[in-house]
Amino acid sequence: MNPVSAKAAAVNVDDICKSYPNVRALNHVSLRVEQGEFFALLGPNGAGKTTLISILAGLTRSDSGHASIMGYDTVSDYREARKNLGVVPQELVYDPFFSVRETLRFQARYYGVPKADAWIDEILHNLDLTGKANENMRALSGGMKRRVLVGQALVHKPPVIVLDEPTAGVDVELRQNLWTFIKRLNSEGHTIILTTHYLEEAEALCNRVAMLKNGEIVALDTTANLLRGMSGITVQVSADTMPVSWASRSSAQASGAFGFTLSGYAELESLLAAFREANIAIREMKLGEADLERAFLKLTSQSAAAS
Amino acid sequence: MSTPILGPGFNALFYKECLRFWKVAFQTIVAPVVTTLLYLLIFSHVLESNVKVYEGRVNYTSFLIPGLVMMAVLQTAFANSSSSLIQSKMMRSIIFILLPPITSLEIFCAYVFGAMVRGLAVGLGVWLITFPFVGAAAAVPQKPLWVLAFAACGSAIMGTLGLIAGIWSEKFDHLAVFQNFIIMPLTFLSGVFYSIHSLPAFWQTLSHFNPFFYMIDGFRYGFFGIADVSPWRSLAVVTFFVIALSIIAMRMLQTGYKLRQ
Repeated sequence: MNPVSAKAAAVNVDDICKSYPNVRALNHVSLRVEQGEFFALLGPNGAGKTTLISILAGLTRSDSGHASIMGYDTVSDYREARKNLGVVPQELVYDPFFSVRETLRFQARYYGVPKADAWIDEILHNLDLTGKANENMRALSGGMKRRVLVGQALVHKPPVIVLDEPTAGVDVELRQNLWTFIKRLNSEGHTIILTTHYLEEAEALCNRVAMLKNGEIVALDTTANLLRGMSGITVQVSADTMPVSWASRSSAQASGAFGFTLSGYAELESLLAAFREANIAIREMKLGEADLERAFLKLTSQSAAAS
Repeated sequence: MSTPILGPGFNALFYKECLRFWKVAFQTIVAPVVTTLLYLLIFSHVLESNVKVYEGRVNYTSFLIPGLVMMAVLQTAFANSSSSLIQSKMMRSIIFILLPPITSLEIFCAYVFGAMVRGLAVGLGVWLITFPFVGAAAAVPQKPLWVLAFAACGSAIMGTLGLIAGIWSEKFDHLAVFQNFIIMPLTFLSGVFYSIHSLPAFWQTLSHFNPFFYMIDGFRYGFFGIADVSPWRSLAVVTFFVIALSIIAMRMLQTGYKLRQ
């Protein structure tokens, strides 16, 4: 084992650029994920998340810059880098010739783990696939195939696990089982890097978040700090009309509803007072706290305005 | 501790390649044997009394058998590596061998050896099934080492060519072009069904530029001790192609050509 591995970053990305014809997929991206972190990589479609993951996995070559996994360069020391990385790809891919157990066994052997049956049984149990172990991959539903992909990424017990949209197409109950399993792996010391469209998942699970837009990092901070930056509350009021004095603060909502972003509960009192003074009856009111989705929308729209 | 040249990644991928064709053995082993048997039945029946080869020293059916065995070896070796690659590329499951720490040499050897195993298994099947046509004594090669050398080199060439075609092809149609416009004509025009001495001078000369001719002629020399050209010359040509195609395939794998972006 590389003597620097114990202190090395789980993932280090240094000034990576990658272009495809007519598209700048990544533009001088740098980030560092420490060992043991549960890290989210968020961004709209085409932001560059999958390109970044592909570069870490050695599926794509960067135009410039360097990346390393547990201190091992993904190009010059690719064998050690790949041994330390497990990737759940976004696409639902499988080999139609083999059963679930054969698929996992082959994947373990590719990584030099010849006797992984006990661990494979544990993976199958945790992914609720024990009953499907001897089924051909073609016979599985989309959600089951997705879980086998998760199993394939874990079968060599890599210290760094990258999950690219792992819960797409997986039903709610199994999604919870999957996250319980992943959280357990994280608590045992595995570094988890997650991309997801379910922002509530990232908010609930991840300590730190990087937000990508158009190949650039627009935010890189702890989840708590990002949420603190979104102080305030949102209010959605259903009424026939609204006080004239608040018209400029209202955002477009569904028919008969008005949305407001307030600095805090003191301002909420002012809003309610304005409704009372204008003698407008409120039929329904919903309050919303700061969440990652709002932070995401705010940061990505700021980036769009700046560019 | 030094790392072995072919490590566990090779072992796993080679085993997977063999298991892949074994799981559909009727399609991958039995079908080519039956097809080749049909060639033998038809050509030997129609041409036995009309064609003289090697100045009448070998009867036509006996002459035909090594050619058909080698043709089956070559075509199935090509089909194995090319179809495995293109299928995994089209279904994107190629990612499962690109993510692990498997070296380019391990990938190369696993695919080529897998193709050789299938090619040689089909060749063995064809050879065994021809015994009733000429008798076991006549079917046994006079120089088995030459037979083994050309069978191994021929299947290695076609396994490697299949690997190159599989990597290069972006859809099944591309592979069909390779198969129908390169492999099939070169195989059929290589002397499987005739001795090139029976051809006009122009076509004889042209046949010497067909690498498949040397594979089949050298293989046939192992059976009868007679050939159209020196077996050493055939071995030199075949060895050259093994090395040249291996260098091309390895270069494609090392640079990630059409595999890694």
